[in-house]
Amino acid sequence: MNSNPYLPAMATIQEVIEETPTIKTFRVTLNNPNLKKDFTFGPGQVGQLSAFGIGEATFVINSSPTRMDYLQFSVMKTGEVTSMLHTLSAGDQIGVRAPLGNAFPYEDMKGKDIVFVGGGIGMAPLRTLLLFMLDNRKDYGKITLLYGARSPVDMAFSYELPEWLERDDLDTHLTIDAPFEGWEHNVGLIPNVLLDINPSPKNCVAITCGPPIMIKFTVQALAKLGFEDEQIYTTLEKRMKCGIGICGRCNIGTSYVCQDGPVYTYAQLKKLPNEM
Amino acid sequence: MAQTKFIKKESLSAWLEELGQDHEVLAPRFEGDSIIFRPYDSEKGFFIDREATAPPKKAIFPQSETLLEYSQIKDMENLSKIAMDVKETIPTTSYVVFGNRPCDARGFTMFDRVYLNGEKVDVYYKARRENTYFITLSCEKGEATCFCNAVGSGPSDPSGSDLLMTPVKDGYYIESVSKRGEELLKSSLLTDGSKMKAEADKYKKAANASMNKAPDFTGSPEKLLAVFDNGAFWEEMSDKCISCGACTYLCPTCYCFNITDEANGLKGTRIRSWDNCMSAQFTSEASGHNPRPAKANRLKNRVGHKFSYYPDLHGGVISCCGCGRCIKSCPVGVDIRQIVLSAIAYKPATKKEA
Ligand SMILES: Cc1cc2nc3c(=O)[nH]c(=O)nc-3n(C[C@H](O)[C@H](O)[C@H](O)COP(=O)(O)OP(=O)(O)OC[C@H]3O[C@@H](n4cnc5c(N)ncnc54)[C@H](O)[C@@H]3O)c2cc1C
Ligand code: SF4
Ligand code: SF4
Ligand code: FES
Repeated sequence: MNSNPYLPAMATIQEVIEETPTIKTFRVTLNNPNLKKDFTFGPGQVGQLSAFGIGEATFVINSSPTRMDYLQFSVMKTGEVTSMLHTLSAGDQIGVRAPLGNAFPYEDMKGKDIVFVGGGIGMAPLRTLLLFMLDNRKDYGKITLLYGARSPVDMAFSYELPEWLERDDLDTHLTIDAPFEGWEHNVGLIPNVLLDINPSPKNCVAITCGPPIMIKFTVQALAKLGFEDEQIYTTLEKRMKCGIGICGRCNIGTSYVCQDGPVYTYAQLKKLPNEM
Repeated sequence: MAQTKFIKKESLSAWLEELGQDHEVLAPRFEGDSIIFRPYDSEKGFFIDREATAPPKKAIFPQSETLLEYSQIKDMENLSKIAMDVKETIPTTSYVVFGNRPCDARGFTMFDRVYLNGEKVDVYYKARRENTYFITLSCEKGEATCFCNAVGSGPSDPSGSDLLMTPVKDGYYIESVSKRGEELLKSSLLTDGSKMKAEADKYKKAANASMNKAPDFTGSPEKLLAVFDNGAFWEEMSDKCISCGACTYLCPTCYCFNITDEANGLKGTRIRSWDNCMSAQFTSEASGHNPRPAKANRLKNRVGHKFSYYPDLHGGVISCCGCGRCIKSCPVGVDIRQIVLSAIAYKPATKKEA
């Protein structure tokens, strides 16, 4: 994007979508027309967003490379940078350093069935790959999506869910933790619902992202269903600064999450030192 | 062919003055009880009889440096519209570091593999690296804390240096190590040194012989991983540590950093500053989760990075130049050599047959 890897490209916020009480989605376009034209990324890659005066934080580019009208980031408010980002609105300027990290191996996944299991804000990295696959639908087999959140209010991308539920080339399941008035989908924890859906591991890959505890039990459920470690993909979060393998913050042994990740197979994770 | 020169001991200050016309010269001198590299000042002189307390790290990797300057420009027609101007601030100062030891110059070769030869080049580091010259002084003998000989180096190792000075009678024998080092040899204070080669070689040989027996770190990458999950081992190793971070700040091969913004009204700067993996904040995540919650986890990472992960990634090179500063300056006597050797020697207490 730039010969100085620390220099953000300036972008303009086109639209801000309030997803949940704590999550806002930002649709941005790069200001420099040449950069904008040449910008590419793979689903799963991340970017550092700059809130000038406060700092930078890491977010998944959760739009799809097949839809380049804008780049989309969904930001959950947790601290200083994210709070500042939540004050921005359409027309405001923002700094973007992207794409960083690796992408899902979407080429290797061609011809396979796909199971997406997303929890909360963990749906963001899945969304980019899901949209990419829907836009290249014939390359992939059966696609199942299981998306869970604490309650319907906490469900990001809710405006897309009706379309996803309706598509007959996508098997969508939604779940919330506890009963909620008017909710007509599943109630129950993601790993349990996954066992009910009972996807076949044959020629299939599972992709999961969410809070660490959810990932842990989802991986156990997948194993119970017969998925091998090599068939399970997830993305890791580590505190990051440089995003380019230099500042020394995000390593797990020899693996730098900002560069070798955030996408890993469960088999790869098992080989890393136990420091998640 | 390397150029060889001679300079009289009493001409060194004049030479530094000369070099000071084109470069900022950093030379070690006493500051309180510590020997620190400072901009050379003829009145304050220099002190090169012993290894400096802190390495000359800041010449290439300042404790804090500006990466970017930004300013918000308000549109007076429409006050809610603010344009943003962001500028990079690539450093241009040219430094000569004088009187550093071989371990100090070699330390930067550990940075180079990460900062220059990775997928992305760190342009700030590159600018400083290319603008910094090292005039290194061969050591006379190893101190008790030195172990450069255990990490592929030695008391007159020229790697990472531009010139190497070796004491001879009444002055110094100077060899050019890098092509660009020769640029510094144009001074009329320097005379032909070829006749002093034998004497300098003798000095170097004696220094090599004076070194303590090198600890044997063979196998450290695997052995450290083998004790990775051994909580008791790391508890014991880090028992005394008080997480002060002195070991990382004084280390010529520690290169972790933080990036923070400093706002001043509508303008501000983005700054990079030294960070240290021995502090609890280093990896603490927004969720509240911290993958390295205890000092045992953090010491494990520090030692693991230098003696296991880095060598695994960079052709077996240990990311420690053996300068011994972390040992000398640790307030509670943590000794990195002992930790690595203990890991290498470690045998699980209850090894049952499968
Ligand atoms: C690969 C990757 C992808 C990600 N994708 C997304 C995404 O798509 N969407 C999303 O919302 N998030 C994502 N994140 C997480 C996001 O990067 C963090 O939530 C964000 O960095 C928080 O920044 P902040 O400045 O708001 O928080 P900070 O202000 O840094 O604070 C966060 C927390 O850190 C602790 N803390 C920080 N400083 C101190 C201190 N001095 N003393 C004590 N405690 C302190 C506190 O617990 C604080 O609540 C991703 C992270 C990674 C690594
Ligand atoms: S780890 Fe200690 S001995 Fe090794 S380079 Fe750093 S300060 Fe010197
Ligand atoms: S100098 Fe010693 S006490 Fe301080 S952090 Fe390093 S090992 Fe711990
Ligand atoms: S974030 Fe700096 S090394 Fe990964």
